[in-house]
Amino acid sequence: MADVTLMKTPAETALAQAYESAKTTLPGNVESRAEAFELFTRNGLPHRRVEEFKYTDLRALLREAAPFAGMPSADDAKAALQAAKALKGTQALEVPFVNGHFVRDAVDFHNLPEGIEIVPLAEALANGHDWLAKLSPVEWARQNPVYQLNTTFMADGVMLRVVGKVETPVHLRFVTSANSAVATATRILVLVEDEAAVTLIESHESPNGANHQPNDVLEMIAGDRSNVRHIRLNAEGDKALALSTLNAKVGAEAEFFSFNLVTGAATSRHQVFAILDGENTKARINGATMIKGGQHADSTLVVEHAAPHCESRELFKTVIDGESTGVFQGKIIVPHHAQKTDGRMMSAAILLSEGGAMNNKPELEIFADDVQCAHGATCGQLDEDLLFYLMARGIPRKEAESLMVQAFLGEAIEFVEDQDLHDALVAVVEDWLRARA
Amino acid sequence: MPAVQETIDQVRSIDVDQYKYGFETEVEMEKAPKGLSEDVIRFISAKKGEPEWMLQWRLDAYKRWLTMREPNWARVSYDKVDYNDIYYYAAPKKNPAPKSLDEVDPEILKTYEKLGIPLREQEILAGVEPQNRVAVDAVFDSVSVATTFKEELKKAGVIFMPISEAIREYPDLVKQYLGSVVPVTDNFFATLNSAVFTDGSFVYIPPGVRCPMELSTYFRINEKNTGQFERTLIIADKGSYVSYLEGCTAPKRDENQLHAAVVELIALDDAEIKYSTVQNWYPGDSEGRGGIYNFVTKRGDCRGKNSVITWTQVETGSAITWKYPSCILRGDNSRGEFYSIAVSNGKQQVDSGTKMIHLGKNTTSRIISKGIAAGKSDNTYRGLVSAHRKATGARNFTNCDSLLIGNECGAHTVPYIESKNATAVFEHEATTSKISEDQMFYCQQRGLSEEEATALIVNGFVKDVLQQLPMEFAVEAQKLISISLEGSVG
Amino acid sequence: MLEIKNLVVQIEDKRILNGLNLTVNNGEVAAIMGPNGSGKSTLSYVIAGKEDYEVLDGEILLDGQNVLEMEPDARAAAGIFLAFQYPLEIPGVASMTFLKAALNAQRKARGEDELTTPDFIKRVNAAATQLEIPKDMLKRALNVGFSGGEKKRMEILQMALLQPTFCILDETDSGLDIDALRIVSEGVNALRSPDRSFLVITHYQRLLNHIVPDTVHVMSAGRIVKSGGKELALELEANGYADYRESEAA
Repeated sequence: MADVTLMKTPAETALAQAYESAKTTLPGNVESRAEAFELFTRNGLPHRRVEEFKYTDLRALLREAAPFAGMPSADDAKAALQAAKALKGTQALEVPFVNGHFVRDAVDFHNLPEGIEIVPLAEALANGHDWLAKLSPVEWARQNPVYQLNTTFMADGVMLRVVGKVETPVHLRFVTSANSAVATATRILVLVEDEAAVTLIESHESPNGANHQPNDVLEMIAGDRSNVRHIRLNAEGDKALALSTLNAKVGAEAEFFSFNLVTGAATSRHQVFAILDGENTKARINGATMIKGGQHADSTLVVEHAAPHCESRELFKTVIDGESTGVFQGKIIVPHHAQKTDGRMMSAAILLSEGGAMNNKPELEIFADDVQCAHGATCGQLDEDLLFYLMARGIPRKEAESLMVQAFLGEAIEFVEDQDLHDALVAVVEDWLRARA
Repeated sequence: MPAVQETIDQVRSIDVDQYKYGFETEVEMEKAPKGLSEDVIRFISAKKGEPEWMLQWRLDAYKRWLTMREPNWARVSYDKVDYNDIYYYAAPKKNPAPKSLDEVDPEILKTYEKLGIPLREQEILAGVEPQNRVAVDAVFDSVSVATTFKEELKKAGVIFMPISEAIREYPDLVKQYLGSVVPVTDNFFATLNSAVFTDGSFVYIPPGVRCPMELSTYFRINEKNTGQFERTLIIADKGSYVSYLEGCTAPKRDENQLHAAVVELIALDDAEIKYSTVQNWYPGDSEGRGGIYNFVTKRGDCRGKNSVITWTQVETGSAITWKYPSCILRGDNSRGEFYSIAVSNGKQQVDSGTKMIHLGKNTTSRIISKGIAAGKSDNTYRGLVSAHRKATGARNFTNCDSLLIGNECGAHTVPYIESKNATAVFEHEATTSKISEDQMFYCQQRGLSEEEATALIVNGFVKDVLQQLPMEFAVEAQKLISISLEGSVG
Repeated sequence: MLEIKNLVVQIEDKRILNGLNLTVNNGEVAAIMGPNGSGKSTLSYVIAGKEDYEVLDGEILLDGQNVLEMEPDARAAAGIFLAFQYPLEIPGVASMTFLKAALNAQRKARGEDELTTPDFIKRVNAAATQLEIPKDMLKRALNVGFSGGEKKRMEILQMALLQPTFCILDETDSGLDIDALRIVSEGVNALRSPDRSFLVITHYQRLLNHIVPDTVHVMSAGRIVKSGGKELALELEANGYADYRESEAA
C-alpha cells in the first residue's frame, strides 16, 4: 500500500505546517530533521494497514495535531514541579522537564552525584557536541514513524553520561502543565560507560481534560559489564495521546532491566527497540498496564539478540476494565550467528469487564539453530475458582479481584529491586484498584 | 556436539532433487489460448458446458480481480507471476470428459498407477477391506479424469463428483453454497480462482449420513506453463460426517508453476468434516529453480450448532506456500481444529497457518503446528485467533513449535490473538529449538545411528499431528517427511 | 445451627443432590460418609456458595437464616468455613497478606475493628506454632509449592484464625500421612466448642478415629440414607458401601 498516495489528513497537514514554521528556530542540525521528516511524509501517519500499527491506527487516533509547547516561565515551571505528584518522595536526583523543556534551574550542576554528567540537549544541538554522534543507535527506530516525528521536532532534553557505579537514582520527571492541548518532543540520550551502573526513573504526568500529545524518546547506549535499571511510569492525563520510544543498545556481559507501568493517557504507545550487542548479556523488559474507560494502550517491543549467549526475558501484564483496549506486540529476533540464545517472552491479559478487548501479537524470528526461544500469550478472566476460594474466606468480590490483580501485576513489578521504588509502583496499582472499587 | 555438527554438514550438502514424482506424461493436450482475458474465461465456461449464471459469476470475479493487487504481507519472496504467460485451461485432447475408465487415455491411467493411485475399482477392491476403501476423484491439469465409487456412494445419498459436473447436475446446491465461505472478492488469488477455476471436487453429504468411505482427490499438474485452479466445495448437511483427503504432485521443471485453489467447507448443525492434505508439489531444486507456487485459500464454515471442522495438513512440497486453512466458528458450541506439519528444505519458503474466528457461543478451537526448517529454507507460522463480542465462553489453545536443522534456515512465528469478549480464554504457546544434544546422545547410547536418532526425534516432534491423519496416510506422510529431510534424516 | 431442607441441586443438567435433609446442632460434630460420586463434595460447595451449582429446590438455614441468596464472602462472614479438598494455589499473594485480608474483611462485615498488625501477627504465630507450620511458609505465596499436607495444615490454620461457627472439612484426610493427620486432627479438636459445629466429609473411617463424631450420616445418590452414632462409621468400615449402592440402583 506504500505506493498509494493517500490524501493528507488535517493532522498530517498541520504537522507539515508546524515543521515549515519551526524548522529555522529548532536547535541544531537541520539536515537530520529534514531527513526524518522526509521519511515521515513518505508514508504519513501510520494506519491499520501498516503492519506495526495494525492495532493502533494513529491516522485515526490523531485527528488534530496540537501546537508545540513553548518554554514555560520560571514561575510556571516552579509551580508545575511543586504540584507534580508522580513517584513523589523517591530519593533521586531530579532532572525535570515542564511542557517538554528542561528546567535547568532545578538542577544544581555543581553538585551532581559522582559519576553523573548532564548536558542540556538544546544547547548541545545548537553548539554541536561529540555525543550527538551516538544518537539513533538502533536502526529499527529510524524506520519508525513515531521516532521520525520525534527526530523532526525534538526541541529539548538532556544528554546524560554515567561513569562508575552511581548509587543515587536519576529521576527524569516530565510534567505537562498547560491546560490546553500542546505537543512536546523530548529526547534523552544516556551513555552508560563500561562497568557503570545506574537506576533511571522516568515519570510522565499531565492534567486531565487536555489533549496533550507528548512524544518522547530515550536512547541508551549501555557499555560492557554495565548494569542499567530503567523504571518508567505513564501517569498522563485522561485525554492525552502519549507516544514514547526506548532505544537501547547493550554491550557484553551487561545487565539491562526496563519496566514500564501504564495507567494514564487516552491513547498510549510505548515502543522498545533493544539490541543485545555483546555476548553473555542479560536483559529483562517488563511492562504492566492497567486501563479502563475507553483507554487504548499499546506496548510494542523488538528485541534483537545480535550476539551469541545472551538471555532475554520479556513479561507484559495487561489489566483491562471498562471498554478499554490493550495491545501487545513483541518480537524476538535471532540472527544466524547468535547461537545459544535464550529468549522467553510472555504476555498475559485479564479482561475485567464485558466491553474490553485485547490484541496480542508475540513473534519469533529465528535464524540460528542452537537456540531456546519461546513465547506465550494468554487472555481471559480472573480465575473463578480462585475468586471463590478467596470469597469463601470472607473477602468480598471486588476486594478479591483487587488481590488477584495485584498478584497478577506483581509478577511484572517484583523485578524492581529498589524497595522504595517498588512500593511506590505498587501504590500506583493500589490507587487504581481503589478508584475501581 | 560432533553428532549434531555432522548432521548439519549433511544438511548443507543436501540436494532437494530426490523428488520421486517428477516424471512427465506424454499426452496430447488441448489448451486455451495463453493468457487471461474475458474470451479465455468464456472459453473455459463453454468447455465445461456451464449455464449462463456461472459464466456471469466468473466474469464478475475477473472484473474485480483486475482491480486487485497481489498480497505482499507474507514472509515469502518470489519472482512475480506473469499472469498473461500461463495457460488457464489444459485438458487431454482425447475425450476430455470420459464416461467411464475405459475411455480414459491409458497414458493417464498409467500416470496414476505410477503415483500409487489405482483408479480401477476392481484394482482398489483387491485385498482391501470394505471399510478401508477410498473413493478418488483424479484431477489432471484442468479436468477431472475419473471419479471412483460414484455409484456406491450414490446409494448412500452421497454426491461426489467433479465440480464442473455438479454445476450442471446440481445447480441449486452449487448456487446456494459456492462462494458463501470464500466470497468472490476475498483475496487476489481466490478472486483469480473464481474467474478461471477449471475443476475440483464437489461433495454433498445428506442429513444424518455418515459417508461410507474416505473421499479423496488427487491433483496432478502435468502440462508445462499451466496453472492449476481447482475449486472444491464440501457440504455436510445436518448430523452428517465425512472425511476427505487430497494429495498433490507435479513434474520437475525449471519454471515455476502456479497453483491457486479455493476450498470451501460448510458444516451444518451437528455435522463433522475432516479435511486432510498431503501436499507434495514439486518443491524446486536445491538452487531454488522451479517448483510450484502454492497460493491457496481454504476455509471452513461451522455454520450449524455443534458442528466440527478439522484441518490436517502435511506440507512438504511447493517452492512457495501461502496457505491458511481456517475455520469460521459461527454455530454455538462449534469446534475448529488445525493440525499442521510443515517441512521445508532447499530454498523452499513456507508461510502457513490458520485463522480461528470465534463468533458463536462456547466455540472451541485448537491449533497444533509443527514447523521443521532445514537447508536454506524459511518456515513461517502465521495464525489468527479472534473472539468477537458475542463469542461468550470461547476457548482456544494454540501450540506452535519450530525445529531448526542447520544454520542457514529460518523459523518464524507470527500469531495474532484478538479477544473482544471477557469470557473468552485464549492460550498460546510457541517454542523454537533444535534437537537437543542430550536426546541425541541418549538415542545414540542406546545404539541408534545419528540419522536414525534424528528421524526418531523428528517423528516424535510431529507425532501429535500425524495421529490426526487416517492410518494409511499417516504412514505415507511419515515417509514423505523423511524423504523431504533426507540428508539430515536417515 | 445448620438445617438443610429438601435440597435439590444440579450441575450442567445433571442432578447431584436429590432432596437432601440434614440438621447439625450447636457444638455437634457430624460426619458424612458415602461412596464416591454420592454428592458429598457438591454438598460442601453448595453450603459455601460456589456458583456453578444450580439449586432447584430446598433451603440451607444457618441459625434460621437462609444462606442460599448470599454471596460466598457473606456466608463466610456469617460463620461458614470450608476446608477445601484441593486448596487453591494463588501465585503472587503471600499467605500473610491473604490471611490478613480475609480476617479483616470478615471483621469489617461483622462491624468489628480491623486488627492491628502486631495483634494479627501474634494470632497467626500462635496458630502456626500449634499446627507446626514454619514461619517462612507464611511468607511464601499462598499454597504455591506446598505439599499436600502443608496445604491441609494451612486450611486448618485459616480455620483457627477466622474462628468460624460452622466448619466443613471436605476430605481433609486425603493425601495426609499419619503424622500430618494427627497434627490436623489435633488442630480441629482444639477448635471444638459448644458454639461451633463441624461437618466432616470423608470416605474413610480413619479420620474419625482422630476427630470423633457425635453423629454419622451415610450419603448415597444425593440423599442421606442412614443416620446413627459414631458406631455407624465402624460398621461401614467393616461392610463397605455395597448395601447403599444397591439402594442407589433400586
